[in-house]
Amino acid sequence: MSAEVPEAASAEEQKEHSLLLWFVQPLILSNLEEMEDKVTSPEKAEEAKLKARYPHLGQKPGGSDFLRKRLQKGQKYFDSGDYNMAKAKMKNKQLPTATPDKTEVTGDHIPTPQDLPQRKPSLVASKLAG
Amino acid sequence: MIPGLGALTQDTLWCFSQLKGTVEIGATEADIISTVEFNHTGELLATGDKGGRVVIFQREQESKNQVHRRGEYNVYSTFQSHEPEFDYLKSLEIEEKINKIRWLPQQNAAYFLLSTNDKTVKLWKVSERDKRPEGYNLKDEEGRLRDPATITTLRVPVLRPMDLMVEATPRRVFANAHTYHINSISVNSDYETYMSADDLRINLWNFEITNQSFNIVDIKPANMEELTEVITAAEFHPHHCNTFVYSSSKGTIRLCDMRASALCDRHTKFFEEPEDPSNRSFFSEIISSISDVKFSHSGRYIMTRDYLTVKVWDLNMENRPIETYQVHDYLRSKLCSLYENDCIFDKFECVWNGSDSVIMTGSYNNFFRMFDRNTKRDVTLEASRENSKPRAILKPRKVCVGGKRRKDEISVDSLDFSKKILHTAWHPSENIIAVAATNNLYIFQDKVN
Repeated sequence: MSAEVPEAASAEEQKEHSLLLWFVQPLILSNLEEMEDKVTSPEKAEEAKLKARYPHLGQKPGGSDFLRKRLQKGQKYFDSGDYNMAKAKMKNKQLPTATPDKTEVTGDHIPTPQDLPQRKPSLVASKLAG
Repeated sequence: MIPGLGALTQDTLWCFSQLKGTVEIGATEADIISTVEFNHTGELLATGDKGGRVVIFQREQESKNQVHRRGEYNVYSTFQSHEPEFDYLKSLEIEEKINKIRWLPQQNAAYFLLSTNDKTVKLWKVSERDKRPEGYNLKDEEGRLRDPATITTLRVPVLRPMDLMVEATPRRVFANAHTYHINSISVNSDYETYMSADDLRINLWNFEITNQSFNIVDIKPANMEELTEVITAAEFHPHHCNTFVYSSSKGTIRLCDMRASALCDRHTKFFEEPEDPSNRSFFSEIISSISDVKFSHSGRYIMTRDYLTVKVWDLNMENRPIETYQVHDYLRSKLCSLYENDCIFDKFECVWNGSDSVIMTGSYNNFFRMFDRNTKRDVTLEASRENSKPRAILKPRKVCVGGKRRKDEISVDSLDFSKKILHTAWHPSENIIAVAATNNLYIFQDKVN
């Protein structure tokens, strides 16, 4: 297996993968070690690849972001204060008509009940029982 | 049970038996099967899906005329177990996906099972009704009240046969005991209690009491910044009602004895395989995270599944497993892309056969693997629609790692990582297995000679 030299990622390719800043222990390998290990271990080669794509991976301090992210699965943010303030502000202006295409609610837009997708229970029977 | 049945000798051939679920490509996410479980006799097979529904299949009585066809599983009951909820206080969406189903041993004519989503465990009673009372005095046959003035004689209502009706009713709802997501439930051998485990805590429940539970394990650190590991699976010992194990995201297993103290934060046994520090990489901890832990039927061993291997541990030896089986080691050279597409976090389950001689677990490309602990032989099989003719023998599959690929082999780069087999089940005493492939359920049996 030929040793792969990691290509320097261009500015566009350097994605700030905030979701992937997970680690438990900081791993610092010297360049020389990396070259050696690539030849001997596929896992280390894969690690070198990953570090090449995401150079900031594993450098964020403080606890395990990976684990904390896992514990927060399903979290949606809804601030009733913001919502009510926005509603009050809207009262003075005409409410904009809902656009026919429902785009994702992001940014400064305060979500209204109409914007959020409805979570309904499955009314359809399982296809396994069909 | 025939001696030797259950061993994966070279004479064991697996055949397709049944396929449940639709063919259409536009299957919804709700149809994805999230758990499969046989009951203690193997008569019933339950599945849970992402849409919160449970489907129970029952094995038909074997008829003397069809010796070559063993009992097939037909739909017995289906119900909506959990529904989506929203916790307004914490801004948390609570998925209705059924994480686990566990059967209770049968004690009367009805069947009982526990089903759980991320937050709430429910006890369901599934019972049959094949008779109904007829001949009421105060009601007519449609149930309308009769005018008492018109009743001149009295009669005794009699039970008459009716078409079999199977009804499922929720008998207990065990709610509000878990801050984090429930990953496991396990019925105790005392049949009075069960445990539910989330990422950081394990609670002990009595089946009769829904408004209280005992916390028996709590690994939440005082400062969440110091969090280093979470609980990934937990199970009670099959015979000793005081013993249970739980696995962690760091690849360790702790065995606890409830007689030692009320809060089992201090383990009785600690199972960990020493790691070669020179082999350590960024991926080491992630791939060592245990996704499933199962006691053997004998209670002498535990089996754990991490991303690339299945390990068997002897309860009497804590410092290393007694057996390690490679499930798909060829993925080691793909870890970077598997990390990027999140597949590295897939949670595969593992199961024992009835005699603890063979273990089975799933992989990608709808492959699943069986390992015979005695002969050390292993086989890779595939759950695919192409091999779905009745009693078609499954051909062993092989993944080619490098160099020349033979005609029947598939190369690592051609594997479909969206087709993952996370959930499988093995009949408690026979060679019948249920394999969940996304939204389809495959049932395979060994060839009857």
